[in-house]
Amino acid sequence: MSIEVKIPAVGESISSGVVSVWHKKSGDFVDAGEALFTLETEKVSTEIVAEKSGVLETKAVEGQEVKIGEVVATIDDSKSAPEEKKTEKPPEKKKEPDAEKKRVEEKERKTPPEKEKPLSPAVRRIVEEEHLEAANISGTGKDGRLTKGDVLAAAQGQKSAGEAVSFPPSAAEDRQAQPETDRFIRRKMSPLRRKIAAQLVMAQQTAAILTTFNECDMRAVQELRVKSQESFTKKNGIKLGFMSFFIKAAVEALKAVPVVNGRIEDDDFIQNNFYDIGVAVGTERGLVVPIVRDADKKSFAELELDIAGYAVKSREGKLKIEDLQGGTFTISNGGVYGSLFSTPILNPPQSGILGMHKIMPRPVAVDGKVEVRPMMYLALSYDHRAIDGKEAVTFLIKVKECIEDPKKLPLDF
Amino acid sequence: MEKFDVVIIGSGPGGYIAAIRAGQLGLKTALVEKEKELGGTCLNIGCIPSKALLTSSDHFMFAKKEAGKHGIVIDGVHVDLPKMQQRKDKVVKTFTSGVRALMKTNKVTTFEGLGTITAPGKVSVKSSNGQTQELETKNIVIATGSTPVELPFAKFDGKTIVSSTEALCFTEPPKKLLVIGAGAIGLELGSVWNRLGSEVTMLEFLPRIAVGFDLELSNLLQRLLTAQGIVFHLETKVRAVKIDNGRATATATKGGEEIKFDADKVLVSVGRNPFSEGVGAGKVGVELDEKKRIKVDKHFRTNIEGIYAIGDVIAGPMLAHKAEDEGIACIEIIAGKAGHVNYDAIAGIIYTNPELAGVGLTEDQAKEKGIDYRVGKFPFRANSRALCNEDVDGMVKFVADAKTDRILGAHILQHAASELIAEAVSVIEFGGSSEDIGRTCHSHPTLSEAVREAALNVEKRALHILNR
Repeated sequence: MSIEVKIPAVGESISSGVVSVWHKKSGDFVDAGEALFTLETEKVSTEIVAEKSGVLETKAVEGQEVKIGEVVATIDDSKSAPEEKKTEKPPEKKKEPDAEKKRVEEKERKTPPEKEKPLSPAVRRIVEEEHLEAANISGTGKDGRLTKGDVLAAAQGQKSAGEAVSFPPSAAEDRQAQPETDRFIRRKMSPLRRKIAAQLVMAQQTAAILTTFNECDMRAVQELRVKSQESFTKKNGIKLGFMSFFIKAAVEALKAVPVVNGRIEDDDFIQNNFYDIGVAVGTERGLVVPIVRDADKKSFAELELDIAGYAVKSREGKLKIEDLQGGTFTISNGGVYGSLFSTPILNPPQSGILGMHKIMPRPVAVDGKVEVRPMMYLALSYDHRAIDGKEAVTFLIKVKECIEDPKKLPLDF
Repeated sequence: MEKFDVVIIGSGPGGYIAAIRAGQLGLKTALVEKEKELGGTCLNIGCIPSKALLTSSDHFMFAKKEAGKHGIVIDGVHVDLPKMQQRKDKVVKTFTSGVRALMKTNKVTTFEGLGTITAPGKVSVKSSNGQTQELETKNIVIATGSTPVELPFAKFDGKTIVSSTEALCFTEPPKKLLVIGAGAIGLELGSVWNRLGSEVTMLEFLPRIAVGFDLELSNLLQRLLTAQGIVFHLETKVRAVKIDNGRATATATKGGEEIKFDADKVLVSVGRNPFSEGVGAGKVGVELDEKKRIKVDKHFRTNIEGIYAIGDVIAGPMLAHKAEDEGIACIEIIAGKAGHVNYDAIAGIIYTNPELAGVGLTEDQAKEKGIDYRVGKFPFRANSRALCNEDVDGMVKFVADAKTDRILGAHILQHAASELIAEAVSVIEFGGSSEDIGRTCHSHPTLSEAVREAALNVEKRALHILNR
């Protein structure tokens, strides 16, 4: 049966409004409680949600002025949800709870109902004032509820996006006047993309970012992997990759040059004494950096399992804010896409980021002779406000040395 | 041998609540209790009798000191202590028989006698007449609670040097009562006898009373109790207690000097010890920690498979409601469900007048953790209902995260603080902010409006005071 989506009454003396943004498009399956579009009136901006689940068909376009009571869409509730909704994987029992109690408890509880999130008073106010889309913000409260902190962070990301990219006033008018043609397509950036954009610009404007380079011969690691792969995989149920080596090498280098494991906050330099390493992962929605906690205390197998777990979570869109927060250093591997040599950007508020690249067989000089070795260029981008050139170079050399001679790492297989 | 799914040793709040939950979940349950009555310390010689006396003596103080302000003239008001004690005993009896009835309705088999674990899955119950019964079970929950700490130089004699157990049953108010230890128990029982006519002196080793609670509110409570007639000596360490002719003389050092205190009764309330010996845990190899508490993981499992422990006998605040929640969680885990206890949302309460209640972090604890926090306060002398009640002592204080505004701690000093704190506990459970409470409509005129105003004061926008 087709249900009409009408403009609801939003207040006395308000007789019309504008459909400012559609969050769903015709043909989309919507769940009851999901936000369909933002209705803007002279008094308030509000999210209109679907009252029933079904297939949406929009009738009004963005920017269209509509009257209270007008039908702007229909929902066909005879059609059922498509197969794309994945079933929740059971919580990983392998992860032993010496992490914060709350994090483990949330894993053990039922998955949060993402569609129906009752909003607390403070959250309601901020969502309204900052024009946020509650459905797109992940909650860290009980059962996935949004807390004030969650929406403040979301609003901050949105605000920075607005401030960092300033449009000249006339462009806004032009936007209204110019009809859409085939020569360009305008598409609103997703909140995640906007947040990432704001973070990147903020990083560049705050830190004095320089990059130093080096290279490392991957042969020793490759040989070790070949030799140990079968027994490692059999024992741990996961393959031995490269990332665990680089994480361990980064930890050794951070121990040797501790200043890289710190951050500047106002007038203070904060020296971290723990090693939470972010591992950058690309998703269709953008780059995210989940954190491998206490990497110095984990075994190679545990590191590989953590990374694999995060990769799955990010593909399923199930990463939580707490997975991404609190890292002290980041590793980014552009090599998977083929990058040979690049300058990574810092992940604020961290002071350093290690860039891994493509392993390319190259002729190099070894003991006076030319040999072809599997070489990887390494890059360390660093905040020169906190880290001197010499320290940055020393750090990168330590990483190189640990990779080229893996016995320098705490091998446990 | 009778075979059970779970045998619970100890019928205090931890044990009997666990037994009810086990019954509800369809487990074949046995409850072992060494005393004749069920209910443990809390029901028989702890929470319940003390609260009964505290309320009775509080009413007496009202009649004596406050009624006149309301234009109520009461001539010759005095205390009939035997009657007061009888009422207390009746309340206790209602509870203990109530618990016995609950065991019946939940199909829990009770065994009277000392329960000892003889092997994993085996509990032997030795009753007072010497007979022993063997119980076979899949799971054992140790809920044996705690006992008062005894000072080596002031051993309990049941007459002059007493613990809370005897201090609840005095047949007449001691002329001079010396209380060693100004924690919840000392403050509460000291208050009762001070109200009923004793001259009460409290000695405390630390430079403050009510350790663990908010310092500012604790100091305010101390001033109010002093105005009620209790004499406090802080940073005072008792060295010896001598009994002579039924009276006691305590020798203590304070600031390098020696002071002597004489008293008719000495209440030693310096803490409680976990009751981990005697249940046979040692024989079976159950590990204890350095404070002789039974070591458990976050699922209440000891190092021996099938043996669990909850309540005062394990680590954590020695509170009845903590034991209850652990009992429920432990049984749910045994039954294959998810059970958990949120220790950040368990309130502690001292039932003096005014009551002192606190949940979550104090300012000092937040400082220690390096958390950037903000504080909101509101005094009851600016609260509508408190003014109507002619009962304006106390205040509400919130500790909130400076960035996210999440409530980290709530602390209340007020006649009804024990009830008022529940709202804050709920909000903390949901990860709420001070603004959430500030934007919730609180009925007028109520004491709870002070809770709202203190929350508003975090963001410096309380309505009935100057925001500082």
